[in-house]
Amino acid sequence: MALTREQMAQRVARELQDGFYVNLGIGIPTLVANYIPDGMDVMLQSENGLLGMGRFPTEEEVDADMINAGKQTVTARPGAAIFSSAESFAMIRGGHVDLTVLGAFEVDQEGNIASWMIPGKLIKGMGGAMDLVAGAENIICTMTHASKHGESKLLEKCNLPLTGAGCISRVLTDLAYLEIKDGAFILKERAPGVSVEEIVEKTAGKLIVPDHVPEMTFDE
Amino acid sequence: MAGFDKRVASYEEAMEGIESGMTVIAGGFGLCGIPENLIAEIKRRGVKDLTVVSNNCGVDGFGLGVLLEDHQISKIIASYVGENAMFEQQMLNNEIDVVLTPQGTLAEKMRAGGAGIPAFYTATGYGTPIGDGKEVRVFDGRHYILEEAIKGDFAIVKGWKADRYGNVMYRHTAQNFNPMAATAGKITVVEVEEIVEPGELEPSQIHTPGIYVDRIIQGTFEKRIEKRTVRS
Repeated sequence: MALTREQMAQRVARELQDGFYVNLGIGIPTLVANYIPDGMDVMLQSENGLLGMGRFPTEEEVDADMINAGKQTVTARPGAAIFSSAESFAMIRGGHVDLTVLGAFEVDQEGNIASWMIPGKLIKGMGGAMDLVAGAENIICTMTHASKHGESKLLEKCNLPLTGAGCISRVLTDLAYLEIKDGAFILKERAPGVSVEEIVEKTAGKLIVPDHVPEMTFDE
Repeated sequence: MAGFDKRVASYEEAMEGIESGMTVIAGGFGLCGIPENLIAEIKRRGVKDLTVVSNNCGVDGFGLGVLLEDHQISKIIASYVGENAMFEQQMLNNEIDVVLTPQGTLAEKMRAGGAGIPAFYTATGYGTPIGDGKEVRVFDGRHYILEEAIKGDFAIVKGWKADRYGNVMYRHTAQNFNPMAATAGKITVVEVEEIVEPGELEPSQIHTPGIYVDRIIQGTFEKRIEKRTVRS
């Protein structure tokens, strides 16, 4: 079975470490915040200028001046800091954020990522994504392994305009957890019940399959 | 003393001197911390052919979106222009020139514009369409592209509190692009929720020192919320 969005978030959350500053993109990455392990302190960075994003507000707490980068109303947790967009991207570009999790349309075996534009179809802009992928050492890309029509999104070379070049080293799809190294995807884990053969079939880029590929496990 | 009194009495006076063809830098992120009354005054004046520099372009009927209704914007420099059907239409009809710019690069372009730095190198956008045609240099084995600063004929800014000297504080994440915008205008106009007496603002807590600010006006704000999200 392919992973659900919630399971993908749970799997990404296992990469968190106590004391990490983390930027979570829109979509599945946002859900990761729900799975921060108990006893672990993680500070969420929102690129509109908030370090220490808290929970969504109650009706009474809603404040138009307090939003996240997805423009949702949020709260600031104790220990949070608020600053300008220039300051926010100084910490991003300067490599101070420990982990960035973001979605993508395509990733290729050279670590290139395309996530912001589909010519003729979707031209909304890159927001902070280009700065995030340029600035972070440690990025996890979350995406579906293939399109609804079965076309692989893990490619030899991205077809769409790039968001960043050679910057992605880890990908979590609904089928597998992979690393990218030396011009190839390396299959590290597979979703429960998903066969290596299915992953091979749905990976268009060069894929290295180790002798043993463990199956992910989930509590619930 | 009077020389430092930046207060103006009306929005008409606040935007005096704006003309068609000018470049306007606007603070705000989405609809958060936008100078909504200064935008309304630009609409009222009907000036056209504006170049607008802002992270977003508002939504249909609110924020910078209202300037699209009478085709006042001919060029926009922004990082994200979704959520706006009229914008999309004008873009598809080639009525508006859109320069999509990475958000951090956009913030730094404004900051550099206000800080006397004509251009800077950043790794952001290297190897992507954003880097096409831009000068590339390698520092410590990494590729960087040269990005140029932006200055505006006007900067329009939304603050929380200010004094008549033009010292400004922002509230929560309504800060966003406002401090950089404030430095980058030939004429910087700040509208705030409250003008307080000099000395009431703690000097070390001021975000935008008055030296950057030309005009201050107190207004009332709708503060529309784009995505109201609550926990149950």
